[in-house]
Amino acid sequence: MMAGRSANTSVQPGSALLFQTGEWNFDTLKRTFDAIEDIALNELKLDPYPVQVEMISSEQMLDAYSSIGMPVFYHHWSFGKRFTRDEALYRKGYQGLAYEIVINSNPCICYVMEENTMTMQTLVMAHAAFGHNHFFRNNYLFKEWTDAEGILDYLNFAKSYVARCEEQHGISSVERVLDAAHALMDHAVNRYGRRPRLSLATEKKRAEERLEHQRQTYNDLWRTLPPKPKREEVKPEVDMARKKLGLPEENLLYFIEKFSPSLKDWERELVRIVRNIAQYFYPQKQTKMMNEGCATYVHYRIMNRLYDLGKISEGSMLEFLSSHANVVFQPDFDDRRYSGLNPYALGFEMMRDIERVVTDPTDEDREYLPEIAGNGDVMETLKTVWANFRDDSFIAQYLSPTMMRKMRLFKLTDESEAPHYLVDAIHDERGYARVRRALARQYDPGERDPNIQVSDVDLKGSRRLVLTHQLHNDIPLSEDDARAVLGYVADLWGYDVQLLGIGTNDVTKYQYDASPRT
Amino acid sequence: MNIVDRRLNPKGRSHTNRQRFIRLVREQIKDAVVRSIKERALGDVDTKEVVNIPRKRIQEPRFHHARQGGNREHVHPGNKEFVAGDTLPKPDGGEAGGRSREGSPDGEGEDDFRFTLTRDEYLDILFDELELPNLVKTHLKETVASQPQRAGFTASGSPRNLNLVRTMRHSLARRISLHRPTLDEMAMVTNRIAELEAKEGRTEVEEKKLGELRIVQAQLERRMKRIAFIDPVDLRFNRYEQTPKPNARAVMFCLMDVSGSMSEYMKDLAKRFFLLLHLFLSRKYEHVDVVFIRHTSEAKEVDEETFFRSAETGGTVVSSALAEMKRIIDERYPTDAWNIYAAQASDGDNYPSDSETCTRILRDELLPLCQYFAYIEVVDEREAGMFRSEGNASLLWRDYKTVADLALNFVMKRVFSKSDIFPVFHQLFAKTQKVA
Repeated sequence: MMAGRSANTSVQPGSALLFQTGEWNFDTLKRTFDAIEDIALNELKLDPYPVQVEMISSEQMLDAYSSIGMPVFYHHWSFGKRFTRDEALYRKGYQGLAYEIVINSNPCICYVMEENTMTMQTLVMAHAAFGHNHFFRNNYLFKEWTDAEGILDYLNFAKSYVARCEEQHGISSVERVLDAAHALMDHAVNRYGRRPRLSLATEKKRAEERLEHQRQTYNDLWRTLPPKPKREEVKPEVDMARKKLGLPEENLLYFIEKFSPSLKDWERELVRIVRNIAQYFYPQKQTKMMNEGCATYVHYRIMNRLYDLGKISEGSMLEFLSSHANVVFQPDFDDRRYSGLNPYALGFEMMRDIERVVTDPTDEDREYLPEIAGNGDVMETLKTVWANFRDDSFIAQYLSPTMMRKMRLFKLTDESEAPHYLVDAIHDERGYARVRRALARQYDPGERDPNIQVSDVDLKGSRRLVLTHQLHNDIPLSEDDARAVLGYVADLWGYDVQLLGIGTNDVTKYQYDASPRT
Repeated sequence: MNIVDRRLNPKGRSHTNRQRFIRLVREQIKDAVVRSIKERALGDVDTKEVVNIPRKRIQEPRFHHARQGGNREHVHPGNKEFVAGDTLPKPDGGEAGGRSREGSPDGEGEDDFRFTLTRDEYLDILFDELELPNLVKTHLKETVASQPQRAGFTASGSPRNLNLVRTMRHSLARRISLHRPTLDEMAMVTNRIAELEAKEGRTEVEEKKLGELRIVQAQLERRMKRIAFIDPVDLRFNRYEQTPKPNARAVMFCLMDVSGSMSEYMKDLAKRFFLLLHLFLSRKYEHVDVVFIRHTSEAKEVDEETFFRSAETGGTVVSSALAEMKRIIDERYPTDAWNIYAAQASDGDNYPSDSETCTRILRDELLPLCQYFAYIEVVDEREAGMFRSEGNASLLWRDYKTVADLALNFVMKRVFSKSDIFPVFHQLFAKTQKVA
């Protein structure tokens, strides 16, 4: 071998390498970032927020974990619990730390750890500062539901507001509200945009139009039909009131915030804070797999390009590949390490598959994915995908037969009555559609989270709040947790609360009751 | 883009959250700590404590689907030989890959939340609300380490103690008062000279001016040389004084009846009390001596091992132990240097004729010397029912009672079972009890 090879202490003059040692410093970071940015913006044509890279120590990384990765967050014991657990796991070596945390804000804050080698810093910057960052900025869910400009200010506000409440009303009273609100976080999101309320003028105009329409289409013939048998009488005022409350309402926390008869103003604001934060994180839940797939694909492209340009050494490339292989490792279902599909693996493979379909499609691809097969423009296609889909719709649209065969996906049905599992469909001609549909459903948050809605309030009497769980495929709620959460709901509501589990054919499967703790 | 180095930001952002968490589970932690004291083998009270918190208390419940029931579909990777229509046996007690968790009726199939308290956290919680009375008497040990403390400035000293600010302040004052020319003044004159010299065809006036300036320059230079920039008289040094470090010392006397009437069980109770007291003292004082005195009909100072382990037979003369304690105090522990604590454990048996001697020694000789004297009477569990009321108390108890009524630093309690130890200890030293 050449003599100069082993002495990799510093960058040789004239060499294109950005760095040679594992050690990083702020100069190499900056230089490398610029090189990555050049590829990301000019070759991949990504469209990210401006980036702020923040260097933190491992202890700070542990700290960041416990507050869901956000740089500022209000205080709550549950974060302390998480911290205590993570710290113990980390100290004992059971669990490593993430290499990076990235925040959907503008500028996009990207935490990297000082322990990382320079290769890892490069990987992490490509992954988070460009991959995730582009996704945050362009995906429709993030655009619609999150406010990257304002989130840090809002968290600051939340933190100081909670602190002020604690001062005024005591830590316990604040915890009482936060504990309860946290329990409902999964049911504190608007899945669909609200219809804007009509102005009086529009309403009036619509009423007139309706009248006009009736007048014009009046036909005397209808009058001769026998009258329908009267259904049970609905009291109009109750009906009106229910309509005013917007029932049924699936955003439980929103309903409580707006209509709880017992919450004080500051408590209402706390509930609102938790609800807003839940809403901010909701797109991340819906796009976990795509988001990781996008970031992994981006770092893979960038690292390879850097290597092709001679900007990183073979050693770095090997280090990167080994780390990358760990990230996208997918154990088989019968492997001891198996714990479900790895979002990095599935996401990355699907992005690569789209790349293949776009550039080098088979006849099968032309049949299954006619709209993108062979269009030749990889990045444009992917960017459209990243912008307009979420996990479930992405799978439903783009999981190709090739992918299913490659990952050897199969669908298992588990019916509580049946003594066996049934292999319902596998990766073959007859099974593609079913496997794909089932996998898409698996990623649909609407399927994962139980469908629970506020269905009724006894406005006249006891003010009892009724929640309905619409059972899907007869899958019940976990009873202990449901009862515990219901207790929290009662605390926030201030009066009795009931949860009904409604199965197929409107059969009430179970009924839990809770009263507020005083 | 921007790189911000956050590594120097304050650490421990999660500290508040951890404290919140500990606050929430404080009761559980306390219970765990107290339980551990009671149940642990003797001799390892002073170690780390792993606390198990039942998950129920700190769970964060959400509405979520149960792990069983209903009809489900899963997609898995890595199919080997299945074809559509195959059936697979369900694993016992759960579904594929799922650890069956909801086993127990109250849903606590999961392990408790475990975490380790540091030794300090452990002891803090153990001694929460407790404070030793009379924690006032401190004495300066002869051999104590002294500590340098800042004490003004001095004109002489070692170079490393030089106080630059003070030195420069003096130097500046001296230079101003002696009119030492400043560099600016010098420069001005020099510039003027250079200006004039550079000029061709100087007028007479200018020629004269140049001469004057040269003289002024020479004067200034001389003056500058004579008046030093920094003179030895300017020097100021930080002055340090050696202050002795206060060092509180305590001696703890453990007195125990080891006569035949004390059962192993009763000794065990006493032992726990001593252990706790020692732990407590060693936390409050930097240095704690322990003296073990055991007695039957005569008293002897022994080492810890003998004190707790070996058995003895014989009668009971309590005053012998008190006399021995007095002797040791006189011999080794002068009260102006030591805080003296005593804990006596006995089953209350005593020779009737000894009563008076006992109370006399205690009242007149020991109590005035002691910070605190605790007497616990251990009662066998089997006899507990019989002896609970004070009317049935032992002879010694009744004698001591007369002393206790008069002395503030004497406390007595009866202990019936292991679980009584901590509450008794707690009562003895409770902050609010008696402030001497």
